[in-house]
Amino acid sequence: MTPRVGLYAAVATRGFRRYSTYRAATLAGIFTNTVFGVIIAYSFIALWDQRPSLGGYGQAQALTFVWVAQALIMPVGLFSGGIVDELSDRVRSGAVAIDLHRPIPLLWWRFAEDAGRAAYHFLTRGLAPVLVGSLLFDLAWPQRVSTYGVFLIAVALAIGVGFGIRFLLGLLAFWVIDVRGFVVMLTITQVFFSGMVLPLVVFPDALRTLAEALPFRCLVQIPADVLLHEDTGTTVLPLLGIQLLWLVALLVAGHLLTGAAVRKVVVQGG
Amino acid sequence: MAVIEVTDLRRTFVVRSKGGRLRRERREVVAVDGVSFGIDAGEVVGFIGPNGAGKSTTIKMLTGILVPTSGRLHVDGLDPSRRRTELARRIGVVFGHRSGLWWDLPLRDSFALLARIYDVPRDRYRTNLATLVELLDLAPLLDVPVRQLSLGQRMRGDIAAALLHDPPILYLDEPTIGLDLISKARLRDFLRDLNAERGTTIMLTTHDLVDIEHICRRVMVIDAGRLVFDGDLTALQRVGGATRTVVVDLETQLEPVRVPGTTVTRVEGPRQWLSFPAHSSAAPIVSALAAAYDVVDLSIQEPAIEDVIRLLYAAG
Ligand SMILES: Nc1ncnc2c1ncn2[C@@H]1O[C@H](COP(=O)(O)OP(=O)(O)OP(=O)(O)O)[C@@H](O)[C@H]1O
Ligand SMILES: [Mg+2]
Repeated sequence: MTPRVGLYAAVATRGFRRYSTYRAATLAGIFTNTVFGVIIAYSFIALWDQRPSLGGYGQAQALTFVWVAQALIMPVGLFSGGIVDELSDRVRSGAVAIDLHRPIPLLWWRFAEDAGRAAYHFLTRGLAPVLVGSLLFDLAWPQRVSTYGVFLIAVALAIGVGFGIRFLLGLLAFWVIDVRGFVVMLTITQVFFSGMVLPLVVFPDALRTLAEALPFRCLVQIPADVLLHEDTGTTVLPLLGIQLLWLVALLVAGHLLTGAAVRKVVVQGG
Repeated sequence: MAVIEVTDLRRTFVVRSKGGRLRRERREVVAVDGVSFGIDAGEVVGFIGPNGAGKSTTIKMLTGILVPTSGRLHVDGLDPSRRRTELARRIGVVFGHRSGLWWDLPLRDSFALLARIYDVPRDRYRTNLATLVELLDLAPLLDVPVRQLSLGQRMRGDIAAALLHDPPILYLDEPTIGLDLISKARLRDFLRDLNAERGTTIMLTTHDLVDIEHICRRVMVIDAGRLVFDGDLTALQRVGGATRTVVVDLETQLEPVRVPGTTVTRVEGPRQWLSFPAHSSAAPIVSALAAAYDVVDLSIQEPAIEDVIRLLYAAG
């Protein structure tokens, strides 16, 4: 918003650095994502052996989808955590008073910090499992370099949408003292409707229509589709447009809700 | 010139609790109940009161993070809750039981980030940091992640963080909570110097009356949301039915002496304790004693501030 790019870059850098201090956690995470990926990959192989070109994907495409999904789990915050926990904890303990007191909007502040975190997770827990996956399985990598560029844009937008969703959930703590129940609900919904477990292309029609009306497909399905569709332009641009729309909608909602939280709701604690 | 002006400030909270029946009960808690005061630039004001008196609530309204229910409020000419962001650049805030630092980052990184948030010019930041590091003895801690700091170390970090942008006004909500005696003493010295050298207006809440005695010229006592005292320390000692005591050593052991305006509270051999209202003068008592008895030695005890406060709270 304001021309304080340097500030937000510094905040993002700090977000990146915060997570990079936990090396052991990163290694453990890479291991988990890789094992997860291998397991899902084998079940997809079994599935596509039975039903070749299920949902319009060939087996190599299905496997690529698996590893892209693994790479995105952490950056887009598919399993919640991070900002949701931090924000709701700070609201509950009253520490959010300090955040609100700073001459920088909470929303942009947290967005920058989460972007730094996401970048770190993408480079570590995103890329490393994909590397292992591409050594173990035959994947369908795009030929055109430009596809990777567009894919990165889709990933950036996915990170933004993921942040927007979790920020709103964290803000809920201003009205609901305990948000844990909502977090569990969101995590399940998100994992399912993002396409992480099963690509949305194999969903039955009714469920697929529902999935397409929700923001969650911006998190995994759309970035994966962008990578799997060689033909940039006609198919890919509308997908990026959908992501952008959701991003803007979520940020506007986050902005309005922050205002409402600040105005109306009492800062908790003594 | 008053930098903080508060007129008839009120804040109520609605608490919902499970009533005896199935229905939830709505209850209104009046946290601050018609408080008025003004603080001039360069003053150091101690804000005390029992738990739940409304100190933190008042401080929160003064920073703009809590909207008053009613009343008028101006800090450095601004309405805090309306101009919160603008005001934030002119005030420093330390909440003793919370931290404004980044848990996972070294102290140095938190400072650098805050300097950016508050748009502190680079060389200004460098000199301020150098001064604060020296005064608060932070040099060995700069590269330690905040989560590894002790409470006292973290508090020093938080205070430095609140001062990086040169705020003319500093609010401290229980800055000495949980600190050991040496850390407390160092913090008090620091705050006194800060006020003397930079003229920073300081308002602090505490439950440790030694803090007040050492750094505050003025005290405000709040109880159940109402301001029950506002004045200097000596005046505080004279209110609320506080008493001073003449301790007199007589030549011989006697019956309790009779001096108008006093009561003997204790007799121990030739030594007697005579208490009298703190607001009246000791001179006539001393001369009456000397005229009627053989006095060997004599001293006057001022009321302990704790006792005064206890009386004030009890009266409120
Ligand atoms: N968010 C809130 N919701 C409901 N009641 C509150 C809230 N914040 C404060 N109160 C109530 O307002 C009153 C004043 O609280 P406050 O925190 O200002 O006290 P305090 O003087 O700072 O006390 P302490 O010395 O314990 O820190 C208390 O009765 C408290 O229960
Ligand atoms: Mg308090």
